[in-house]
Amino acid sequence: MGRRKGKERALQPSVGTNVPRTEGREKVTGEAKYIDDLTFPGMIHGRTVRSTIPRGKILSVTLDPAFDWSGFTVVDHRDVPPGGQNVVQMITDDQPFLAVDRVNHQEEPILLLAHADRSRLDAGCARVKITYAPEAPVLDLAHATHVLKQLTIEKGDLAAGFADADVIVEGTYQTGHQEQLYLEPNGAIALPGVDGDPAGITVYGSLQCPYYVVRALMRLFGLPIEKVRVVQSTTGGGFGGKEEYPSLLCGHAALLARKANRPVKMIYDRMEDLVATTKRHPSLVRHRTGVKRDGTITAIEIDLRLDGGAYLTLSPVVLSRASIHATGPYRTPHARIHGRAYLTHTPPNGAFRGFGAPQSQFAAELHMDKIAGELGLDPVALRRKNLLRPGDTTATGQLLEESVSAEEVLDRALARHEAALQRNNKSLRRSKAAGGSKARLHGTGLSMFFHGSGFTGGGEVKLASRAGLVLTRDGVEILVASTEIGQGTRTMLAQIVADALAIPYEWVATSDPDTARDPDSGPTVASRTCMIIGRILQRAGERLKEALGGYDSPKEFRRRARAHLDEKGPLTIIETYEKPGEIRWSDETYRGDAYGAYAWGCNIADVEVDPVTYEARCTRFTAVIDIGKAIHPLLAEGQIEGGTLQGIGWALYEDVVMKDGRMANGTLTNYIIPTTLDTPEIDVEIVENPYRHGPFGAKGVGECPIDGPPAAIVAAIRQACGVSLDRVPATPERIMIALDALEGGRR
Amino acid sequence: MRAAAETLEVLSPRTLKEALAMLRDAAAEGRPLTPLAGGTDLFVTLNAGTLQGRRFLDLWGLKELRGITKDGRGKQSALRFGALTTFTDCVRSSKVQKHLPILAAAASEVGGLQIQNRGTLGGNLGNASPAADSLPVLAVADTTLILASSDGERAIALGDFYTGYRASVRRPDELIVAIEVVVPKGRQVFRKVGTRAAQAISKVVMAAIGHRTAWGSVAPTVVRAHKLEAYLDGGGRDLAAAQQLLGDEIHPIDDIRSTAAYRLRVAKNLLAEVIPANR
Repeated sequence: MGRRKGKERALQPSVGTNVPRTEGREKVTGEAKYIDDLTFPGMIHGRTVRSTIPRGKILSVTLDPAFDWSGFTVVDHRDVPPGGQNVVQMITDDQPFLAVDRVNHQEEPILLLAHADRSRLDAGCARVKITYAPEAPVLDLAHATHVLKQLTIEKGDLAAGFADADVIVEGTYQTGHQEQLYLEPNGAIALPGVDGDPAGITVYGSLQCPYYVVRALMRLFGLPIEKVRVVQSTTGGGFGGKEEYPSLLCGHAALLARKANRPVKMIYDRMEDLVATTKRHPSLVRHRTGVKRDGTITAIEIDLRLDGGAYLTLSPVVLSRASIHATGPYRTPHARIHGRAYLTHTPPNGAFRGFGAPQSQFAAELHMDKIAGELGLDPVALRRKNLLRPGDTTATGQLLEESVSAEEVLDRALARHEAALQRNNKSLRRSKAAGGSKARLHGTGLSMFFHGSGFTGGGEVKLASRAGLVLTRDGVEILVASTEIGQGTRTMLAQIVADALAIPYEWVATSDPDTARDPDSGPTVASRTCMIIGRILQRAGERLKEALGGYDSPKEFRRRARAHLDEKGPLTIIETYEKPGEIRWSDETYRGDAYGAYAWGCNIADVEVDPVTYEARCTRFTAVIDIGKAIHPLLAEGQIEGGTLQGIGWALYEDVVMKDGRMANGTLTNYIIPTTLDTPEIDVEIVENPYRHGPFGAKGVGECPIDGPPAAIVAAIRQACGVSLDRVPATPERIMIALDALEGGRR
Repeated sequence: MRAAAETLEVLSPRTLKEALAMLRDAAAEGRPLTPLAGGTDLFVTLNAGTLQGRRFLDLWGLKELRGITKDGRGKQSALRFGALTTFTDCVRSSKVQKHLPILAAAASEVGGLQIQNRGTLGGNLGNASPAADSLPVLAVADTTLILASSDGERAIALGDFYTGYRASVRRPDELIVAIEVVVPKGRQVFRKVGTRAAQAISKVVMAAIGHRTAWGSVAPTVVRAHKLEAYLDGGGRDLAAAQQLLGDEIHPIDDIRSTAAYRLRVAKNLLAEVIPANR
């Protein structure tokens, strides 16, 4: 019964284990404060008055004189202060915070109201009369002519490639909008002043990118960075929907707060969030592919179009990622990819998990199946013949040398699916025997995909992200602006730091970012947080260890840490992104190493189609993805399951119905996402093929899983009932029409 | 919520008699009350700011309106449901499971569990949505609604209750207090074709008892396919002819959930499934 333990147990690595989520307890117990849970003394509530036409001049904005406007704060474009600009800081300066004399899409913000009584805002909004001189809008890609951004990727000699081909196969594919549908709608609270300085502004919000908001507020008010503070509140999901949109919303709350000189809370309800905020870009993709009889691809020509909506926002970079991924994970000696993002008079489309790559790879995979059909080849054999392997180059000329796993994920997915079939064969036969008068039609489909981790091309160099560690008496605290939005950022980064320092996971403290304290580690997007920020923090940990003079046990770390704090004072280590030496990229020619590393994936979908109702249902799903290293296997698997399900939703259910440029089904009742009962068994296998510049070998995981499901499901539906759909979602209505066309063709 | 709570008036009677008096007085003043019998649809419109009424009569506390009983024996036997019978009550009731299993089936496919705990048969009937999942079941059976007012009760066959889209013969001073369903004979079938496996509004919903069928989401009101029934009762067995008759009796439309063409086709396909026309 000695007081000292006889022997200190060796510290086990945290990376690769399923440690408890750092913020899990507060979320499960309800202690976590989401934006609508926060309140400040004197706080009032804000609301947005929006356009009701898709395009036109604003003739008049009138506050009904018969209405009692006392107690209201009213803001319009004239309230942007001198020195500030009515421009949402993004890639170009086309989007105003508040419309001035014209509107370019439905639900465009025109006026802001605030009142202490939230329920008075409805009455106020109803008493604002806006008159317009409407202009003819362009509402979809089919009619769009105004190009917002275009780019061309060229490899080899396209004409020579087609000359080498035995067959040329053409196809056109399209996808519609998709809503991110985070659980927590967009919301923000702005407070006048920062740290007692009345000239500044402080904003709390549900958001992914605190420093995007900082820069938006600097521009709006003409303020220096030290007078702007942005704090992330506990955030209930983002999926890209809280990447750029919060810049606009936080600006609105800040305009109201400065005019009212009180804290202002703005929370969108689900209906406002659905109709007004960003969606996935609709796409229209044409493929023309030269192939030899044996299936060898000789040339790929792709015309890729995205619907950007009324303002540029992030469309150029979405277009870039879509175009780079447009061939799918296949090699070709000759390629030309022409990408264009078009203007339409619809709410701006924006960031959404996958960022263009799901759209372009959906087309690529459907086209591979079309080629297989025309050549009479097995779709899997055709893919295997053309897969990118080490030593191959991509369309941008990137030589793939390390962590290239297309063939491995294909083999593992096939084996895993086969094993599942064996297991379920008995029960399957039984259910068929017990089936109704018209048996369901079964089919299986496969898709392959890859996804670049981190910002495209020179993006990471431009971002020059910074992150670091503060030494505390108990361990370290992470300084980072990367946000926890449900995906596990805080947990995963803490694991990396713990192992870099060789201390227990519990000794690493994390918090939600506050730009007054945390350095700019860039946006939490692009599957970059683990690979890029994790690596920066790993280096910070290594440097901190050096600064403490090294140690051989956690106990010794703590002794040295305390001694350092007592004798030498505080210790903070901030590290900056360092580009791996071999990465080369040219923005001018669009050639080079588009991404440091890629995640690789293979999906196999089992689907049944009801011949009575034409409903397709996914019954089993296999997802095998190489992410380099699973820092937290359970969270990584959860990311893959979630991304897969979001892809299944897009494939089968999620249909944004646009009428006159406005989402007509903007409710959870009518915008259909899968429920638990619609969710198949999702069989996930993680492949760990390490990337030497990622922390412990890790690449990105967040986006890759959503690239594959739609194509696999469409292929499965084809096998089940013979119809070749060229777009998603595969709603029963579309399957019925396709079946009718098929039967008509047979007659 | 896009409606100011203080602009709403909710009366909470403690007895049925009190409730009927409130309805009578409100109707006499020309300020009618909307009965609130669960509120699962009403709250959606309240949240969306599209709710028309501002005055409500909350029936939730009225114990007199609860309970499922079986009266009579043999041919004359009937199930009597208090208007506040919830969908969960229907799912759990052994009487319903035994004598009207299609009602239990329909109830188990309404919304999700929370909705089933709160939504009621009386509310479903009074709210009169053409997509209501319980209505085809009640319409295909011999169902009588008991309407009560301060002046007394009257019985209305369900077939005579609706006069158009969300319109009925119920007077503003009346309340649906009970639903009586004659225990049916014959094979019972219920099929809901929704937008997904749960939390779904029907695109087509149907119930069948023997040759009789009733259809939801395909017309302004629930439709009992009488001509089709007469054809089948008369020995007609040609599937195409039966489908043609059904097509004449329903009037589906395009909306944000589906298309008229899909609804019509699926209704005909379901008919082929449930009616033994060619057997």
